[in-house]
This record gives sequence, structure tokens and C-alpha cells, in this order.
Amino acid sequence: MTKKIHVSTTVNGEAVEFLCEARHSLLEVLRDELALTGCKEGCNNGNCGACTVMMNRLPVDSCCVLAVEAEGAEIETVEGVAAQGQLHTVQQCFLEGAALQCGICTPGFIITAKALLERNPNPSEQEIRFALAGNLCRCTGYDKIIRSVQAAAEIMKEAQS
Amino acid sequence: MAIVFIPAQLQDLTDGLDQVELDASSLREVIARLEERFPGTKDRLCDDDELSPALQVSVNHVMTRRLRAEVGPDSEVHFLPSIGGG
Amino acid sequence: MSNVIVQPSSTNPKKYNVIGTRPVRHDGADKVTGKAIYAADFALPNMAHGAYIRSPHAHARILSIDTSEAEKMPGVLAVATSADLPDPWDKTEELGEGCINYAHLSGNVLARKKALYRGHAVAAVAATDIHIAQEAAKWIKVEYEVLPPVTWVLDAMKEDAPLLHENLITQTLGEKSTKPSNIGQHIHFEQGDVEQGFAEADIVIEREYRTETVHQGYIEPHASVALWNEDGRLKVWTATQGSFTVRQQLAELLKIPVSKITVVPCEIGGGFGGKIAVYEPPVAAVLSRKCGRPVKITMRRDEVFEGTGPTPGSFMRVKMGATKEGRLTAGKAWLAYDAGAFPGGVIGPGCMCVFSCYDIPNAMVDGYDVVLNKPKTQAYRAPGSTHVALATETIIDEIAGELGIDPIDLRLQNAAKEGTRRVDGPTYPRIGLVETLQAIKESEHWNSPLEGPNRGRGVACGFWFNAGLKSSAAANVNDDGTVTLVEGSPDIGGTRTSLAMQLAETLGIAAEDVNPQVVDTDSVGFTDVTGGSRVTFATGLAAHEAALDIRGQMIERVAEMWECKPEDIQVEGGVYRYDDHSLTFKELAVELSKTGEAIVGRAAVNPQGATNAFSANIVDVEVDTETGKVKILRFTIAQDAGKAIHPSYVEGQMQGGSVQGIGWALNEEYFYDDRGELKNASFLDYRMPTSYDLPMIETIIVEVPNPDHPFGVRGVGEVSIVPPPAAIANAIYRATGIRMRNLPISPPRLWKAIAERNGQ
Repeated sequence: MTKKIHVSTTVNGEAVEFLCEARHSLLEVLRDELALTGCKEGCNNGNCGACTVMMNRLPVDSCCVLAVEAEGAEIETVEGVAAQGQLHTVQQCFLEGAALQCGICTPGFIITAKALLERNPNPSEQEIRFALAGNLCRCTGYDKIIRSVQAAAEIMKEAQS
Repeated sequence: MAIVFIPAQLQDLTDGLDQVELDASSLREVIARLEERFPGTKDRLCDDDELSPALQVSVNHVMTRRLRAEVGPDSEVHFLPSIGGG
Repeated sequence: MSNVIVQPSSTNPKKYNVIGTRPVRHDGADKVTGKAIYAADFALPNMAHGAYIRSPHAHARILSIDTSEAEKMPGVLAVATSADLPDPWDKTEELGEGCINYAHLSGNVLARKKALYRGHAVAAVAATDIHIAQEAAKWIKVEYEVLPPVTWVLDAMKEDAPLLHENLITQTLGEKSTKPSNIGQHIHFEQGDVEQGFAEADIVIEREYRTETVHQGYIEPHASVALWNEDGRLKVWTATQGSFTVRQQLAELLKIPVSKITVVPCEIGGGFGGKIAVYEPPVAAVLSRKCGRPVKITMRRDEVFEGTGPTPGSFMRVKMGATKEGRLTAGKAWLAYDAGAFPGGVIGPGCMCVFSCYDIPNAMVDGYDVVLNKPKTQAYRAPGSTHVALATETIIDEIAGELGIDPIDLRLQNAAKEGTRRVDGPTYPRIGLVETLQAIKESEHWNSPLEGPNRGRGVACGFWFNAGLKSSAAANVNDDGTVTLVEGSPDIGGTRTSLAMQLAETLGIAAEDVNPQVVDTDSVGFTDVTGGSRVTFATGLAAHEAALDIRGQMIERVAEMWECKPEDIQVEGGVYRYDDHSLTFKELAVELSKTGEAIVGRAAVNPQGATNAFSANIVDVEVDTETGKVKILRFTIAQDAGKAIHPSYVEGQMQGGSVQGIGWALNEEYFYDDRGELKNASFLDYRMPTSYDLPMIETIIVEVPNPDHPFGVRGVGEVSIVPPPAAIANAIYRATGIRMRNLPISPPRLWKAIAERNGQ
């Protein structure tokens, strides 16, 4: 049995430690060690985005990140998006805009959309579509997802002004 | 009298007849009456004592696979492929 | 213009309080915060993990399986092969939505004497850790005798084709052959005199079409956790569209009574028809029985592509004739659909759907269900209908062009209506095709210009059956006047909310005051699958009837309270009145909770009258002639929904199915090499649409209420996938002058056709 590696990292603002093997992905560790099952395995090779989490302020496919790379990093998962019992504007807009049907891709989209709006508070429809192109959805056809991100952008801009 | 539509593939047994009027109060009786008039029909429509798994029956737009299903006067009966949705 | 609801003036629309509004779905917070538990998220203490061993060969005899090396590995707990499944009965059972043959199902779940497709499951191993299980799987030695494969439907029909099954005799209503072949079924329909019909036509067009295998593409791979307890009880948590059908299949495959099995439907990450037949539940169950621990199996993405149930590839030859005034006189179709490795594919509905949008007095259809070395096909949203719509709708387009008739007008002229007789025999009840075609004709999209080079606009329409089938529901009135609705329809698209809304409307309460729960097979009465566009219709009816039961009980109890007769109680808008007494539902429920028994409503339905679904598309495309890439500029779908309970989720079904149809049209296909191996078993090369590939999908919900449902509901889940490939092919013709008759119309293929047309 291979010796496990000790990793210290920050997840959703909290200091976290775990043991993992060199071959484990961040996705596996988040789900199986840390019981943060919000990020999902859809393909395990970086093509569907269902596993998207934030790592050092960038959205990443956690299936393509080794768990050991989390050492010293800041990780944010969908479980950390709502704060103090309040849904984030992006989450609320997804609900009001009916931007989910089966919901399996939703955590990945929430992370990517939030990252987009933090980086670009005033995206055009094409910019939104491009930013979200790494997240596959098979149920919605994307229409209501895009509209929900547009709605969130409006609300977040108002809140800033 | 029920109006039974004879599937095209059975018409070799009915000598080309594509519709038949029968006195029957259940699907089982329909098949029995068909077998009486056109021997060999039951074997094509049934597997032992049940409707062939490839088939379903429309009795006045009511879809069924039960041989006990009621057939009323002026009922239209069609033998159709069974279908599943997704 | 984005989303519109059209209520044709002939239909007398009713006014509702809850129905037609857009409340936030009850499971919404769970899903946007990552709390919802899908099958792969579920874990039990002491749980082991299973991994599969699958055939690398498309067609092979299995000579031996040696598990001894794997069993010695530390951490390995159990192995399973088909020897661990009881001998199947050669029994075919009606599972509500089509029939399943258990011998075939068992042989698909774990291969018996032959591997019939690359990826066919041959064995499975359970270990303490998934990585150990996957390592151990490599140590299971399978000896194969490789056989020649066949992966194209016409090749599989040839006399000298490699035979998959030694005793497969073509099922037919005609005279049966005695010789085994790869043809599982031959269907033949006739109506009128098709030769006479063609003789009367001024224009006759006959074309051939080919489509490739496509997958439902749900983002969640199959996953289950099985616990086979020492008392002989089996409990399975699984991603499924139908927990009762899983229970039934497990009972038959494992030969144990249904009373010993509980199936818990987890939240499900998409199904579209592909999560009805079982794959891993019986395997996980056997491993659990053998090792005495719960076992979880989750499929990898390549296993989903290679080892589950895509929709058929096909070859179609369709001929249609019309008078110069545009009246269709005859239609003839020859259809061959692959069934995959075992017979029982979707050729039946294909044959029934090919001419289903039109009133054609003379028609003939021949359909063949053909086995070959690909995974066994399963339903994919209106299964079998998209294929034939490609053929019929592009031929109609050619006829319209030749005759100089507007393509929508030609369709309106010949559209099926109430009383039209289909080629398979039955007549239509009240349907909404004409209204749906009218809706696209009057739409802003159709009436706005499309300018620019290499651009074109196409239309198409499509048909699907809708199912009724069985649903059960119970509804408990809580002490605070809210109602818990207990139902068994796994929620793929927001249905628990549309069911809650129907109950709320019936009782005169708010949707927020209903708590809908999707429960396991022990907790609710028998409920057929979530599929066949049936849940809002049939389970909705059950919710409505459970609400009526509650209302009846409330009336009895309040009559006692107010010392009058039940007939004296007036109920309107959820308010109960007698004389000068008046209480809302909530107030009354609170009162009644203090005295007497609980108020529990129940219902079990098996309704007829689901009717049919029609949809129509307008699509504008722009073709890049240098690369063959097709850009969708604008896309509109109109669909008859009867009555949209929650319009956002009806729009969602329309948009989702449309985009699946767009993917099917432009990019998706299984690439096989000449060894029958699938070369693109990943999302990288099995190219589904992304947000960047698409515009907004504009929706027109047409409401022609269904007289056989209390709120007029017609199922909406499936038909949206039917017209897009044909509409896109028609648009590409107008953009380039080229008729593409094979799917997908991917860039290399279109580029080649353009180059050939240009003489290069």
C-alpha cells in the first residue's frame, strides 16, 4: 500500500487537512475525503465542467488537478458560495430563472458564473456563453442559464452602484 | 359488433380482408373469433395465452395488453407495435 | 422575442390561481448549493466499491474467465460473472413502457457465452477502495475467441453477415421464417393503395437517408449502491427514471420476490430514456451478497458511451407523392434501425411516426429491427421519431420547393387533425398540430427577414405519442395547514413542483404550502417511469385526485364541526363556507388537527387520454463554406402543451430537447473503426453542444387543452427532439443549395459536399 501524503489547504475559508495518495484527484478528495459532494464527476477528463471549483481564484476542473496540488492553495466549492444562510445572487437568479432541470451540472455552472461576474461585471451574451462553454448541460439548452447570469449581473451591478 | 382492423401482415390469412366486424365483448374473444374465421391468427398474435410481447392493442384509443380488456359494440380494434418513451 | 404562450381563440382558456405561475422549485435550494444527493454522492458505512471488466472486442465467444489472481489481491472482497446470476427465464414482460426480455437483459448486464459489443460487461470486482477494484479488474483473465463484427445496419441484414444470436428468428405478424438471422422484427403497415396513390401524384420524390448512433448524453454517469442484507432483503439506491421498474427488473434477474427489494431513487442527473433498463444495480447487488457489505458502482464516462443504451443508427428510404396543388397522395417507407446487441429496438415507433404528421390516404411502411455489434439501444426522447422526421420533413420541403408552395402552408394543407387515420390504424383525437403550425407561421421569427450570404431558413414539424400509465400519490395535511405530497416519479426536470402546483390549485392553496417528496418503492403505490412525457399528465392527475380526496374529507369533517350536512358546505377558492361560517383551507386544517384523525388523501390512476404531442421548428443557419461549420443564428420551437402548468419548465423541456436535436443534427455520432471499436467515447470527441454553439432558443407554447385532463395537460417532455435535424437540413439547403441526407451534418461532411458541388 502506497504511503499517503499529508496535505494542508484552505477550503471555503477554513483550514483543512487530509491524507491522499499521489494518484488521487482533487475531485476525489473533495468528494470522498472531505464529503463535499457538490462538485460532480461527469467525465473525469476535463471535458464537462461538472467538477468545477475555484482554486486560487480561478475556476478549474478539479478532476484534472491532483489532490497534492491543493497544498497551500485556496479552494472554493459550491458549498461555500452561499454565505450566512443567504443564497448568493447567482444562485437566487438560477432558481428564479429556472436555470436547472436535473441539477447535476448546476454546481459547476454556479462556480464558473460567479467567477465570470467577479472578473467581468458587465459581460455581453457572447462573453457569458464563451466563459461557460467549458460547462456542459444536457437538459436546459443553456438559454435559461445565460439569462439567469445576465439577471445576476444586473442585480450585482445595482448593488455596487 | 366490434370493428377489427386486420394488420397488413395477417391479411394472407384473411384473403386480403383488412377490416372485419365481430361479435365480441373482450379482446380474448376477438382473437378467438378471428381464429375461428381465419385459422392461424391466434398463433401470430399471441405467445401462449398472452398477447405477443411485440404488440399492444388500441381499443377505441384505449391502449392495452390485457386479453381481458373489454371490447364494446362499435369499438375500433387495432393491433400495434408496443412502444416505450424516453 | 423569447418565450410566448399562445392560446388559440377556439379553446376557451380557463383562469387559474397557481397553474401558469412560475414558483421557485421546491428542491431548488438543495440543487444550487450542492446539497442534493445524487446516487454517486450516496455512501453507507463499511461500503465497498465495484469496478467492471468489459470486453475489448466487438464480437467474441467467451471461452473462460479466470478470477483467481484478482481474488488474491489485498483489498479485493468479491468477484461476479454471469455465473452468479440465475439462469434467466426466456420471459418478456410488459414494463409499462414497452417490453423487456429478461434473458436478453441478463445477458446484457453480464455477458454469458458471447461478448456482443466492445464494452459489454463480462465481470465485476468489489474491493475496499475504487482504485484497488480497478487494479484488480486488470488481473481478471478472460479468454476470447474473436469473431468478425458487424456495425452497419445494412451489412447486418445481409445473408452472409456474422450472426450474433444462434436462434434469433425474425418476429413478424406475417409468416415466420425458420432461419436465424440478425433481423429481430419485421413490421409492415398498409393503408389504402399506395401504387394507385403514386399514380395519381404529379410529383414523386424518393430519397435515402443514413443516421449514426447517438447517446442521450446525460451528464451524470450511472451509479448505484446496493445492500444485500443477511436477512435476504435487498436495498438499492440508484440513479433511475423508474424505481418500480428497477425493482421489477431486479426481482426477475436475481429471482427474488419484489417484497424483498426496496429501490430508492436518488436525485437523478438526466435520463432521457437511458436510465430505465438496469445495468449496475444487479451487479452491485450480487457483489454485496457475496462480500456482505454495501457495494457502490459508478460508471466512468467511457463506460457510459460503450456500455449503456444509445439510440439506433438507421437507414431509411422514403418516397412521397403529391398533386401539383400540394395534396399528398401517397407515402412509402423502408426503414432499418439498429437494435444493438439484442433485439427489441425502437423500429415500432419509427414505423408509426414516419407519416404521423399528415393525412396521407395511401401509405405503406416496412420496418426492420436489426441486431449488430453495438450496445443494446434504449429509448432517447421520442425514440425512433427523430430519424423518420429527417426523411419525411426534408422530402416535404423538396415537394414544397418543386411546387412553389410555402413550406408551412404545404404542411397546414395536409396536417393531421382530429379524425385523421394514421398508417398504423388508429385515428387521432383532438390534437394541436394545426395550431402549432399556425403559431410558427404567425411568429415574429417567420415574419422577419433573413439576409446575407450562405444563410438559410428551414422549418420542420414532428410527432410523438404521450404515455398515460400508472401513478400513485398520497397527500398528508399537516397541522399547520400545509400539505405533504408523497409521490414516486423521479424528478428529472422540475416535475415535483408541477405536481405540487396541481394539488395546490385543486385545494385552493399556494404552491409554497405544498411539500412534494419523491419517495422509494416502499413508501408510495406503484408508479411507472418518469418518461414517455407522462409525469405532469398522469402523476399530476394522481396529485389532483389525492387533493379531491382531501377536500372530500375536509368537507365531511367541517360539516360535523358546523353541524350541518356535507352537501351544505360551499368550497370556493380554497375557502369553506356554511351560513356565516367561513374558514380557509389552512385555518380549517389547523382546527381539524386538534380533533379527530389525520386527513390523508390518496390516489392511484392509470389514465387514458394522454393524446399526442406535436412540435415545429424554424431555424436560421449560416454556413461557413470554407470549413463546413454550421452556425445556428436563430431557433424557434412551437409546441402544443395542452396547458403549461409551470411555463418555465415547459419552456425548459422544449429548449433542452431542441438542443439535443441540434447536437444530433450537426455533430454527434459514434465513430466505429473496422474492428467495431468505438473511437470517441469521451465528451471531447463525442461533441455535444456547448453554450457557445447556440443562440437563445425561442419558445412558443401553444395551449390547446387536453379534454382528458382536469387542467388540460398534454405531455411535453419528448417531442422537442424530433424536428430539429430536419429543420436544420432544410435550412442548410436554402443556405447552400445542397441537400444533406445523412446525420450528422458535421463540418467535414458538409465541407466535402460543398467542395464536390463546386467541382473540387
